[in-house]
Amino acid sequence: MSESINQAPVKVAVRNLTKKFGDLLVLDNMTFDIHRNEFVCVVGPTGCGKTTFLNCLTRIHEPTEGDLYIDGVPADPRKHNISFVFQEPSAMPWLNVQDNIAYGLRIKRLPQAEIDRRVNQILDLMGLQDSRRKYPGELSVSAAQRVIIGRSFAMQPDLLLMDEPYGQMDVKMRFYLEDEVIRLWRELKSTVVFITHNIEEAVYLAQRVIILSNKPANIKETLTIDLPHPRSVSDPRFIEYRNYITDKIKWW
Amino acid sequence: MAIDQNDLQRRHAEYLTRKKKENLKYTLLSVLGILLFLGIWQLASITGLADPKRLPAPTTIFQTLIYKVGNTAPDGNTLFVNMLASLQVALSGFGVAILIGVPLGLFMGWWEYADRFMRPIFELVRPVPPIAWIPLVVVWMGIGLQAKAMIIFFTAFVPCVINSYTGIKLTSRTLINVSKTFGASNFEIFYKVGIPSALPMVFAGIRVALGNSWSTLVAAEMLAASAGLGYMIQIGRTVARPDIVIAGMVTIGATGAVLSGLLSAVEGRFLKWQTRH
Ligand SMILES: Nc1ncnc2c1ncn2[C@@H]1O[C@H](COP(=O)(O)OP(=O)(O)OP(=O)(O)O)[C@@H](O)[C@H]1O
Ligand SMILES: [Mg+2]
Repeated sequence: MSESINQAPVKVAVRNLTKKFGDLLVLDNMTFDIHRNEFVCVVGPTGCGKTTFLNCLTRIHEPTEGDLYIDGVPADPRKHNISFVFQEPSAMPWLNVQDNIAYGLRIKRLPQAEIDRRVNQILDLMGLQDSRRKYPGELSVSAAQRVIIGRSFAMQPDLLLMDEPYGQMDVKMRFYLEDEVIRLWRELKSTVVFITHNIEEAVYLAQRVIILSNKPANIKETLTIDLPHPRSVSDPRFIEYRNYITDKIKWW
Repeated sequence: MAIDQNDLQRRHAEYLTRKKKENLKYTLLSVLGILLFLGIWQLASITGLADPKRLPAPTTIFQTLIYKVGNTAPDGNTLFVNMLASLQVALSGFGVAILIGVPLGLFMGWWEYADRFMRPIFELVRPVPPIAWIPLVVVWMGIGLQAKAMIIFFTAFVPCVINSYTGIKLTSRTLINVSKTFGASNFEIFYKVGIPSALPMVFAGIRVALGNSWSTLVAAEMLAASAGLGYMIQIGRTVARPDIVIAGMVTIGATGAVLSGLLSAVEGRFLKWQTRH
């Protein structure tokens, strides 16, 4: 399958990115671009270094060699409007739902009226209006995860990073939130990097799927999904893409 | 959604009534335990099994307590004045220990520099039993309120520091990273994530500190005092009045329980998110 050329400017430039933990080589000399307003899904085997890649992009870890650039300058969460949905539960247990959603907005020192407006909008979007004063410990796993996703959406980030965000959701909620992330991406014209184990999800969402190899991670293939949104999972071409990626993964 | 709200509410109400009944049962059992204990004690006194001169009956102690509310004999103060004097000593030492110990522990747990700088001193001071400070404190500060509060301070300080230190060290990396990716500074992460996540441990430390403060009171008031529950006990011993001694002990116990209850209330306010599951 072919890769079409994206004309948009580069949002994230990864240059010779290498990450080692001691002697353990996790990311091996990766170089690729993610374009502005692109929706990219990253699939790869368990433990290959997907999370490590995002952690380098957000400077949770420093790269061993090479670097990552956002809008042409070295990535820096203090400068760039990044939002990261972590793989593990990450709601603040001592903040209620609405304060959790406002958490990042307060760090960015937005005016209170704007914070209130966005929090309300997110509560509606995530179906959390009734639980706005509850604490994460009182919520179901799926609802707590929606709080985290809502917290990220509220930031209206221009770079949204999501690390297997929908793993804990039931199918119905998953479909709903997949459509929501597409809507958000369209409305805000943000750039999305979405990690998933679910191939169907990747084909449903992504403009481009980056398939990673086993650890140490390198790009095995980049695949452009040339289908318009919204997509239908029963479309023969959808199935073709899905089977193609599944076959690739069998080589792992 | 398809969940029947009415049914849910009904079941919740049922659960609450059942819970209430159970609670009542447990309370009754506790009261029964105390009554049985007092009953046996009283019986031992009445039958002469225990010498009332050495172990007065509960009723006698109760009478002494009532008497002490309005009378100053034999120690020179009413019960209330003694209680106030003790509270003043214990709470000032305890308060200062919190004010210094908790921030110190939090800073040491968060900033490596503070940790490396303070820890050797702290580790040196930590194993010294608080009572061992008494002679030194007397030389330094005499035997006034300050001296006694200082002894209390030493017993309360250590758990405050250790728990705050450990509590903040256990802050989840993920929650720190969430804040980092939103662009928060280290200091902002310290007070927005570190402190709230350490709070349950901090309160556990404060609880230990309160227990220590109150139980070291008698020892602190052995440093000559003119009022206080520990002082009253001392006098009771000198004039061979076990009922005064026991009345003092009972007051210490009861006041301690009240203080602990107050602390629980404060803790409940701060840790609503923890207690509300
Ligand atoms: N902080 C760290 N220190 C040492 N090793 C680490 C660290 N973080 C990750 N690793 C190692 O790096 C490798 C890649 O981990 P990473 O979490 O990036 O994988 P992943 O692709 O996200 O896996 P999963 O699909 O399970 O989420 C693993 O072998 C892991 O043990
Ligand atoms: Mg991962």
